[in-house]
Amino acid sequence: MSETFQLDGNAVPFEPGQTVMQAALAAGNYIPHLCYHPEFKPHGSCKLCTVKVNGRTVASCTMPAEAGLNVESDIEELNALRRTLVQMLFAEGNHFCPSCEKSGNCVLQALGYDLEVHTAGFRHLYPDRPVDASHPDILLDFNRCILCELCVRASSEVDGKNVFALSGRGITKHLIVNAESGLLKDTDIALADKAMQVCPVGVILHKRVGFSQPIGKRRFDIRPISAQALDDAPRQADASGSCAACEGAP
Amino acid sequence: MSKKLRVATTSLAGCFGCHMSFLDIDERLFPLLELVEFDRSPLTDIKHCGPCDIGIVEGGICNAENVHVLREFRKNCKILIAIGACAINGGLPAQRNHLDLGSCMTEVYLTEPGLAHGHIPNDPELPLPLDKVHPLHEVVKIDYFIPGCPPSGDAIWKFLTDLIAGKTPELGHGRIKYD
Repeated sequence: MSETFQLDGNAVPFEPGQTVMQAALAAGNYIPHLCYHPEFKPHGSCKLCTVKVNGRTVASCTMPAEAGLNVESDIEELNALRRTLVQMLFAEGNHFCPSCEKSGNCVLQALGYDLEVHTAGFRHLYPDRPVDASHPDILLDFNRCILCELCVRASSEVDGKNVFALSGRGITKHLIVNAESGLLKDTDIALADKAMQVCPVGVILHKRVGFSQPIGKRRFDIRPISAQALDDAPRQADASGSCAACEGAP
Repeated sequence: MSKKLRVATTSLAGCFGCHMSFLDIDERLFPLLELVEFDRSPLTDIKHCGPCDIGIVEGGICNAENVHVLREFRKNCKILIAIGACAINGGLPAQRNHLDLGSCMTEVYLTEPGLAHGHIPNDPELPLPLDKVHPLHEVVKIDYFIPGCPPSGDAIWKFLTDLIAGKTPELGHGRIKYD
């Protein structure tokens, strides 16, 4: 009989070593998140998963589960803050959903839908971020990067290649490619790499398959992201490297 | 209802797709017309906006005329709604924002093959383009936003009927779309 904590008034069982996020998702309780991925160590940077634990705000993806914790997540105070975070991400990059082939499979967009974000609201920055189309099979569209570092982590921890990194500080922070030329074609990235599958937005794209699944029939068109908690429950990467939470496997 | 709500609509730097989608409410236009009447709108061809309860604006702000029309709407409408991706974040026209306007014009009108001896249009009747394309909320206060490219007829209907009923409009899954 495992121990439990309280999440929005419901008892959630957990295994020793699990975080609040992991236990909640495994029990089918959704907590909004962007930079958390079920196969990676938590990162704690996007802050979408912020919850109140015994009255204190913490990132649920890094908070160890403990018996008797009182966790509040789906409350207007936190959802309002999450809405603002999503809005700032939309205003900071160039997120033009109608022309993005990730639309419908995009976690940032799905969070916007779920939180009823009708507008980014802030003054848009419209940054100048040229795409990298140098690789024959892979397109990098930096305009949509939200700096979650999932591709950085996947490339280093799973693929053992260190293709990606973040460079710069503050508003100048950006995703870079680890090659002398700075171009993806000069790396050893391959289509089967984990780094190809984990981008929550539309930065890392497999060329020529973008619309094989029509707009309107995609993951978050079918069901809201909040109804898909179990897909993000903790697990080991399977042999083929595919996962339900990743974009439709190529 | 004793008095019908007066509604104005316009398209600025948009494609009229949102207006077409508005027509996709189909036969629900009849119950809507029990509740509202139209002021300035492509549906009435009235050229200037009078005092209105609701203004619905499609498209972003890409030239000086857009600014004038938007300010006319804000001045006359108690509630101003931005409808569609372009009104909300600039949309497709805003994808020129990281480019220099002068070099855009030069490429389109002067150096692009097939436009020999062209010139950059300078007729005084043409409104001057702005350096950048802006969402509506960067120019005037916007009260509500209906996202989508375009929002579906169902989304527009749900939003307007919520609003007219005095509720905070909510779209919900399947109606809230950014694409």
